[in-house]
Amino acid sequence: MTDIAQLPPATETDIDLRDSNIAVAGQWRLFWLKFKKHKIALVSLVVICCMYLIAAFADFIAPLDPNATNARFTYAPPQGLSLMHEGSFMPHVNQLKMTLNTESMRREFEPDPAKPLAVGFLVPSAPYNMLGFIPMETKLFGLVNAKPGDSLYVLGADRLGRDIFSRVVHGARISLSIGLVGVLMSLLLGVTIGGISGFFGGWVDLAIQRVIELLRSIPTIPLWMGLAAAIPVGWPPLRTYFVITLIVSLLGWTNLAREVRGKFLSLRGEDFVTAARLDGMSEIGIIFHHLVPSFMSHIIATVTLAIPTMILAETALSFLGIGLQPPIISWGVLLQEAQNIRAVAQAPWLLFTPAAAIVIAVLSLNFLGDGLRDAADPYESV
Amino acid sequence: MSMTRDSILKVENLQTFFKTRTGLFKAVDGVSFDLQRGKTLCVVGESGSGKSVTARSILQIVDKPGKIAGGAIWLNRADGTTVDLAKLDPRGEEIRRVRGREIAMIFQEPMSSLSPVHRIGEQIGEALRIHFGTPKAERRERVLDLLRQVEIPRPETAIDRYTFEFSGGMRQRVMIAMALACNPQVLIADEPTTALDVTTQAEILDLIKRLQQSHGMAVLFITHDMGVVAEIADEVLVMYRGRVMEHGSVDAVFHAPKDDYTKRLIGSVVRLEHKAEIRLKRADIAADAPPLLDVRNMSLTFPSGLKAVDDVSLIVRPGETLGIVGESGSGKTTMGRCLLRIYDPQAGEINYRRADGSSIDLRLADKPQLKELRREVRMIFQDPVGSLSPRKTVGQIIAEPLKLAGMRGAELDDRVAELMQQVGLEPAWRERYPHAFSGGQRQRIGIARAIAVKPRLIVADEATSALDVSLRSQVLDLMMKLQDELGLSYVFISHDMSVIRYMCDRVAVMYRGRIVEAGDTDQVVNRPTHDYTRALLSAIPHPDPRDRRIQNRFRYVAPTVPANG
Repeated sequence: MTDIAQLPPATETDIDLRDSNIAVAGQWRLFWLKFKKHKIALVSLVVICCMYLIAAFADFIAPLDPNATNARFTYAPPQGLSLMHEGSFMPHVNQLKMTLNTESMRREFEPDPAKPLAVGFLVPSAPYNMLGFIPMETKLFGLVNAKPGDSLYVLGADRLGRDIFSRVVHGARISLSIGLVGVLMSLLLGVTIGGISGFFGGWVDLAIQRVIELLRSIPTIPLWMGLAAAIPVGWPPLRTYFVITLIVSLLGWTNLAREVRGKFLSLRGEDFVTAARLDGMSEIGIIFHHLVPSFMSHIIATVTLAIPTMILAETALSFLGIGLQPPIISWGVLLQEAQNIRAVAQAPWLLFTPAAAIVIAVLSLNFLGDGLRDAADPYESV
Repeated sequence: MSMTRDSILKVENLQTFFKTRTGLFKAVDGVSFDLQRGKTLCVVGESGSGKSVTARSILQIVDKPGKIAGGAIWLNRADGTTVDLAKLDPRGEEIRRVRGREIAMIFQEPMSSLSPVHRIGEQIGEALRIHFGTPKAERRERVLDLLRQVEIPRPETAIDRYTFEFSGGMRQRVMIAMALACNPQVLIADEPTTALDVTTQAEILDLIKRLQQSHGMAVLFITHDMGVVAEIADEVLVMYRGRVMEHGSVDAVFHAPKDDYTKRLIGSVVRLEHKAEIRLKRADIAADAPPLLDVRNMSLTFPSGLKAVDDVSLIVRPGETLGIVGESGSGKTTMGRCLLRIYDPQAGEINYRRADGSSIDLRLADKPQLKELRREVRMIFQDPVGSLSPRKTVGQIIAEPLKLAGMRGAELDDRVAELMQQVGLEPAWRERYPHAFSGGQRQRIGIARAIAVKPRLIVADEATSALDVSLRSQVLDLMMKLQDELGLSYVFISHDMSVIRYMCDRVAVMYRGRIVEAGDTDQVVNRPTHDYTRALLSAIPHPDPRDRRIQNRFRYVAPTVPANG
């Protein structure tokens, strides 16, 4: 019994020449193709980009000056935005009517549907400099023909009548950038120290690894508290900010250093590295031609996952009152306002608005980092 | 449905498809066969032919997103009933009752298919507990009995050991004991000997054969090795790209193949049974020519105390191919790497004769000398994936040694194009990345890189072991063609005696770091003097079912230390 089926015989060449697009696709193109499959990461990337854009153009987007106080509207609640008024399209908020509750001695606010305040895009405002150098007299949105006594608190006001929305938008600047700057410093430290550790090996490696272990065994919060307490109170806010980034990145680099060292060690044993050595390439040449390109994508993924840690560290320090101090606006500083239970009970938006911003930022960065990490080695499945 | 009395498993028109992003991949497309009691059916094919998926489909353990799309798998049970396995729910109760109890499976990797955290006794007894609820004491008795059947020495102590305390061959025996635990009617063996050395492979094949006879099982044996097929099969199914190319008795398939693909497959195997045609045409190498490489008493001991290379002496004459053959752990790769000073041997001499007639000891060469010498002595690596940087284009990879030698511009481009043509690659593919190439083509890229700087000696470390058999002879032929064109000498390291016989003029047999025998290939292959060489040669599966040799093989037991496996 012999069954035969007919199929064209294969030659070596026709088995394998895949899609010619993929054939000439380099590392970053494959990276992107694989990353694209991770839908949540893709959405997160868009969210992150939006957040950084908002931070960059905070002056333009925030309708009010984040430091402008207004005694009339302390603890004013969020004013709901409505699109339609009496059957026609007119985005508006209702004017707040304030009554003093004599029993609890609290101001109580009531929206008054009879008095709509029109909200428009690109409304004129007091002059300011966008990004610090572009003179502008327009805001993205605001009240059209604002009169004294009108208010636009999209997400409520705090105890001094400052607009929470504007403060959160401005706070994004510090909170999101402190992550970047801190990670950049960790990256510098981590890649250098990890590279030295992995490349030289021997006792250098041993010493560096023990130092890393020592650093990682110190409880984070007390260490930060100790260092932050050492910052002189009289320093200008900018210098304080810089020192805080230093403090939070102090421990961040250890992870990166280990990652880099591990990659170094595993790649040194690869045949293509041996082949390069046999070709006569110098050690420095091997590092920059073969090793660095091989772990670059891994570094990017690790860095992305480190940013949220930095953001949370800043928030924690500022919340405890040992990080950034008012008048600097950061999400941690905003949360500090919501520390007492009375404020939370009376004005929950003080807590939820900055907290939501933090959660969204941290979650998106984590998802993004996950996606990048999965795509970091595009050759696994190819 | 018709079934003879002895038919246990009948597969009809089986189709297993994988839904992928780019479309439907038909891994198994219309496969039919019949498993008979006490008979062995070998499914043979090259990588990607769908033979493993066929085996896994029977037990419904195909990896996602694979699914059985059509066909039937009729299992004739001992009680006379018949069930279609293809219709059962892959996660259901019914198929679980079949797995391990009626149909058992052994896998390729004995390392990863056993759990390292359980004692082997527990692992073997697990199937008994699940299927029959055998009480503990009785289970232990049965496991001891199984261990005796698979010939594991001292079963009373072995039963309480962990898998990592065993060698690869012993682990595969444990796997077989596990498979036999419930007295299955069908044993599916998916490349069970591929990860093993050839002498260990012979032991395991022997064991499976004997157990099959004593238990009356039907065996479905998946392999890519035609030699193994010839040694053990009753019937053969040749697969290619998910389809059955030929199905028949082992004698018919080997001696009167009807299908072109089968003919080519057997042809490429039989070809490797002889000396290469290219070599037949060559003039003899003068025995008195001064050797190109003269290694004397080279030794390397690793910091762990392992003597990887132990007092090795060998010579390579100009234009000659010296084969180094040995099993895993024999130190052949380490020895090859010592020649290029990837490892530094602690003792001995590696005298290399340069083109101008001067001689230099590679072992003592300093850095600048070494850089120079590594252009004359090059290396081809085993792993076609790991030896090419995935982040460089093929053109860049081949150009790298030339660039480092100072070549630039148009001259460099022309040389790369010339090299690619020389190894049988289109120069137009230079912008492609290694992932766009098959294993055979990648190995050609590796060869182009090796010959780029016009070397005189190439150390090829298992250059063809990662390739399918039909590609193997092509790559070997290419290497010999280049040898004639460029006047190269090779040190050719391999575990595969047939490749050595095809390619090498002389051969040295390595065993535990030492060279136990060296001489002309014809002499070593036909009239071996050392017992280890005899054992190695007799364990090699012979691709002729009319001349089965494994049963009558010669066994070598090393003096003092018991042999592995």
